[in-house]
Amino acid sequence: MTKLRSILGEKKEAIVKRWLEDTTASYAPETRAFLNRGKDRFANPVGHALRVGTQAVFENLLEGMEPDRICSHLDDIIRIRAIQDFSPSQAVSFVFLLKKAVRAELGKEAEDPRLLVELTELDADVDRIALLAFDVYTRCREQVCELRVSEVKRSVAAIMERFNRSGPDSASAPDRSETKSKCTNEKRGGDR
Amino acid sequence: MVKPDEVAYYKKDDLLKVDYESLPATEWMDTPVDFRRGSYIYPGKPKNLKILDLPNPREWALTDDDWKLQENWKQIILEGMAERLKKYRSFKLFMDTCVRCGACADKCHFYIGGGDPKNMPVLRAELLRSVYRKDFTTLGKVLGKLAGARELTIDVIKEWFYYFYQCTECRRCSVFCPYGIDTAEITMMGRELLGLLGLYINWSIEPVANCYRFGNHLAIPPHGLVDTLEFMLEDIEEATGIKAGLPLNKKGAEVLFIPPSGDYVAAPGIYTCMGYLLLFHDLGLDYTFSTYASEGGNFGLFTSHEMIKRLNSKIYAEAKRLGVKWILGGECGHMWRVLHQYMDTVSGPADFLEVPKSPFTGTVFENARSTKTVHIMEFFSDLIKHDKLNLDPSRNDHIRVTFHDSCNPARGMGIFEEPRYVLKSVCNNFFEMPLNTIREQTFCCGGGAGLGTDENMEMRLRGGLPRGAAVKYVQEKHGVNQLAAMCAIDRATLTTVCDYWAPGVQATGITELVANAMIFKGENKRTVNLRLEPVPGMEGDEKEGGADDE
Repeated sequence: MTKLRSILGEKKEAIVKRWLEDTTASYAPETRAFLNRGKDRFANPVGHALRVGTQAVFENLLEGMEPDRICSHLDDIIRIRAIQDFSPSQAVSFVFLLKKAVRAELGKEAEDPRLLVELTELDADVDRIALLAFDVYTRCREQVCELRVSEVKRSVAAIMERFNRSGPDSASAPDRSETKSKCTNEKRGGDR
Repeated sequence: MVKPDEVAYYKKDDLLKVDYESLPATEWMDTPVDFRRGSYIYPGKPKNLKILDLPNPREWALTDDDWKLQENWKQIILEGMAERLKKYRSFKLFMDTCVRCGACADKCHFYIGGGDPKNMPVLRAELLRSVYRKDFTTLGKVLGKLAGARELTIDVIKEWFYYFYQCTECRRCSVFCPYGIDTAEITMMGRELLGLLGLYINWSIEPVANCYRFGNHLAIPPHGLVDTLEFMLEDIEEATGIKAGLPLNKKGAEVLFIPPSGDYVAAPGIYTCMGYLLLFHDLGLDYTFSTYASEGGNFGLFTSHEMIKRLNSKIYAEAKRLGVKWILGGECGHMWRVLHQYMDTVSGPADFLEVPKSPFTGTVFENARSTKTVHIMEFFSDLIKHDKLNLDPSRNDHIRVTFHDSCNPARGMGIFEEPRYVLKSVCNNFFEMPLNTIREQTFCCGGGAGLGTDENMEMRLRGGLPRGAAVKYVQEKHGVNQLAAMCAIDRATLTTVCDYWAPGVQATGITELVANAMIFKGENKRTVNLRLEPVPGMEGDEKEGGADDE
């Protein structure tokens, strides 16, 4: 889709801006204003993540859809939306808004029959990104559940170890390093 | 008729009507709260309310339509409000003075991370203020909604419960308020009023009930406490070869030491507790633990002023009974807000104690003249300044550490320099997080003020997002792998915050790092740290020198 891609490359800034604005529209009006306003990444980390994340996803889309890289950028956004007040569909719905932003910025050009095939391909790419978004969302939610379990385990780790050590058959008790790793060192894998 | 599996079934216009926005159609005052799982904490169990003689103990759930309130619930709340407006001048001031300038609006970690406007401190306070206007101001009585007033209804009570337990009373917002309104105190008032109806969260009222009976939040009985600490002594001996002592309920000791109970059982707090035991032993400090006042924390702060007093007084009663000279407090967070800002009023003055004086340096802690309680970082930094600790910071060279200012010691007592001085003395690789996320402007862990449980994990992760973003930044920029914090709740909750937002960074206490850098008298060749993990660069010594090196 060389022709469309070069047009999108030229309009990149406007498309990403519109996509970001449409995405922040899923928040309450006050919050939407805040997310679009503050540029300090520490005072406004969500606005920052949305801004950087949408741009990176769009650039990757133009550069040929490398799934791992797209997932990593989606993660920056979805990790946040997965724990906010959204239903699963709302959390990932922002991906589809890219189609809307592209068409809005293309304006009349979107109706050019010569672009029709490429636009359909682009829509399919966005759908693929949406599927990746679903994977990322699910992973984040699974992790939230794992974090709950890990906390409970950590809170009893020392007690369990004490029982194991002081029991009548302490020689056959699980190896302490094993107990420890089970209870305290459950870290996230490299799934980000 | 066209069926769903036929293309013609899908009309272009219908498909384009997808609504990606999810906003309520009503104004905030008229939008009832939607209890979302993962955002709220389970209600207080009746057994805990009974232990504390609190009103209306019963089984109930937030998602029930009927919260089983007293018949005259409205009268109870309004009378409770009137009483508190009279009793606490700050409450009256805070109700009257807000001009809704919005300076606080985007300063709350829950709002920044979650985006719910009712978590903007100004609006959270408005939940209570709107009722105050309606029932306690002429303007509100006459003009009603026009003056920002609203009727007290069951839905308002439910909204209070939801949002006053989404505030960690961290007071970051109050730093930015041009009128100095302490929004945490508004939350405290909101919680006190809810308490009159028997509305508590179990994660704070159970620790209160436990502390009331056992002297600590975890209900560890005296023999359990001894057992726990002795268990740590075993690990200390394994790591260092040192047999540390365990002074308990020792009458006439110079110092009563009070840590937070989180350090007795849960990792990584236990390693900090091992650090206390080792350092006091090495110093030869004449101190004692108490099995009666075994808790520095005070969940009364998250319950009511009356409860602050009930729990705080045990510490001073015990200090009196044991005849100690002064009190040393461990790496607890909210303990220090209670001590610094409420203790004198509720239980003071502690005039039977002496003004704390370090037995090793002669330093008199003038700042503790009134409460007679010294923070362990004040104590350590004074020792380090006088070269009384034999430290080898290179033992911590594999650690690249940053420091999280815990809300209560930072904003509640203003202790910024001492922990940094200690950290820099024991770690060669120390890196600050960005300025607008530390010191007075520090971001909360998201689990303080009774919210550190697991059923509200989503809410905690929202609250922990701003802190997590700053940690991730120093992780990427400086390779930071440890986040030090001098608060037991921080150590527990920041572990989770880091796992989600900055995986690979571990939470730690400062005393743990001090003990790992310390060359103790009579120690074995150190190959492992207090977590019994091999220390990079020191494990090789073992192979060369042999395991039984004297």
